[in-house]
Amino acid sequence: MMAPMTADMPSGRRPRRIGIARIGVYAFLLSSAAFFLLPLWIMVTTSLKPMAEVWEGNILALPAQFTVEPWIRAWSEACTGLECNGISVGFWNSVRILIPSLVLSILAGAVNGYALSFWRVRGANLLFGILLAGAFIPYQVFLYPLVRLFSQAGIYNSLACIVIVHVVFGMPIMTLLFRNFYASLPVELFNAARIDGGGFWTIFTHVLLPMSTPIIVVATILQVTGIWNDFIFGLTFAGRENLPMTVQLNNIVNSTQGERAYNIDMAATILTALVPLAVYFLSGRWFVRGIAAGAVKG
Amino acid sequence: MTAMVTARIPAAATARALAGRADARPARWRRQLGAKLALLPLMAVVIVVYLGCMLWTVRLSFSSSKLLPVQDWAGLQQYGRLFANDRFLLSAINIGIFGVLFIGGCLVFGFLLAVFIDQRVRAEGVLRTVFLFPHAMSLVVTGLAWQWFLNPTLGLQKLVRDLGFADFTFDWIVNQQMVIYTLVIAGIWQASGLVMAILLAGLRGVDEDLWKAARVDGIPAWRAYLSIALPLIGPMVVTATVLLAVQVVKLYDLVVAMTRGGPGIASEVPAKFVMDHLFERNNIGLATAAATMMLVTVVAILAPWIYARYVRETGRRA
Repeated sequence: MMAPMTADMPSGRRPRRIGIARIGVYAFLLSSAAFFLLPLWIMVTTSLKPMAEVWEGNILALPAQFTVEPWIRAWSEACTGLECNGISVGFWNSVRILIPSLVLSILAGAVNGYALSFWRVRGANLLFGILLAGAFIPYQVFLYPLVRLFSQAGIYNSLACIVIVHVVFGMPIMTLLFRNFYASLPVELFNAARIDGGGFWTIFTHVLLPMSTPIIVVATILQVTGIWNDFIFGLTFAGRENLPMTVQLNNIVNSTQGERAYNIDMAATILTALVPLAVYFLSGRWFVRGIAAGAVKG
Repeated sequence: MTAMVTARIPAAATARALAGRADARPARWRRQLGAKLALLPLMAVVIVVYLGCMLWTVRLSFSSSKLLPVQDWAGLQQYGRLFANDRFLLSAINIGIFGVLFIGGCLVFGFLLAVFIDQRVRAEGVLRTVFLFPHAMSLVVTGLAWQWFLNPTLGLQKLVRDLGFADFTFDWIVNQQMVIYTLVIAGIWQASGLVMAILLAGLRGVDEDLWKAARVDGIPAWRAYLSIALPLIGPMVVTATVLLAVQVVKLYDLVVAMTRGGPGIASEVPAKFVMDHLFERNNIGLATAAATMMLVTVVAILAPWIYARYVRETGRRA
């Protein structure tokens, strides 16, 4: 905090700018920050109040009678339809979907990116172009035929089905990430490995993969948030036994019969957001780098 | 990018020539085979999913399929029904309103955030983190948070009324005329941080000398941002716009979580129309016709942009 301030002092800008303009800048930034934080704030406070206080009190106020009971009930007792096992069911489903999808989609992206950037296979760039263009097409265009294909293969509504879908629809961005990363590496590295007689897989596993840590981190951030936050694929392909947390959350909140327990709803909502939020706050600048990499797609 | 690829080709060719001399011919072929085999999954995905499923959907939209897919030819029958369907027409209008306001709102707000954060403010890192965190949350979470905040009985409306403004009304989320704007607000909340991050990266890349020159010429800061910086970060604005536009066409999760398309059908959108007709109303013909219309819209939006890029790149290569 100190360093940038002292660096600014001698520039001569600060003294001139103090005053209304400066106050305006901070007023705008602080009110914007309030706009972004407000929904999060009311989610947290609501989730820590008993329902009586939610009905009577002020939505912004801190809980007068602090309770974590809504969190416990959201985790282990909240109902979707007739089953009341809490959002924890969805959490573990999401974990089971996330891990294989994450590993396979990154692996697929790395292999594709490597094959596309260092090996000139005829027609490969055309395929890649179509793949990238496909990333812009709304999913609704593919869903029904995919459902039919999976039904015929006998894996519709299964864990394998949802994992395949995540790998397939993660492929454009993952391939792009790794292709651009490998294209930025010095080609001499690859040539040397080839002259030493390295084959396709040897060069990949021994030379390139060990250098890929930064891009694997970016890819992991993108995919963890993307797969965890997915709703439409989980809804369509996972099947009732494997519904991810987002789908289950929506079922809990939006299909409740009778009086709604807003405090439990909000606790469940925050629980669902926790994994991507943790990734966001822990990864810091890497998250922005992931976005920037994703933006290259544009 | 393009320059790098072209620059690499001779080097790679030399490497191949060297390798070819050292090894036997079959070995070289086998190595290329490795790359070919590795690209098979990519090829399968492109052909089966991105091309095959897309064409299948378009094909189904010209059939009379209802509950089950039929392979007959019904011409534009489904499209006729689609454009006579009030729910679809309302969906189309809604996505138009949402698209214009959401993209416009995110760009303006995101640009302002980027400009104001660029004023050497304190705690810049904290502010950036705060502006961008909603982007890490799913649209389902976003929708449920805003549904709760805008709840007329217990949310914002009650809050302001309890402060003493007994007549204050903010019931947009249950108001058929206004509900679409609540989706816009939630969407802007979720996505404008992304625009801020992209544009701020652009602003930081603007040459320092240009700012100095503007200051020497006595050009006010706001004017310098609008007339000098904005044109320079044009490509970033285009990127952000394309990313937002893709989100608009895909809009589904947010609506399902926040309003379920209601009240009534007031906040229906095309993606939800397709989903409902595929999986609940069992009207495959109508659903695939609507999906095809979504596809046509995306192609119409993206074609000029891809064309411009393609022309620019071939121009550079020539």
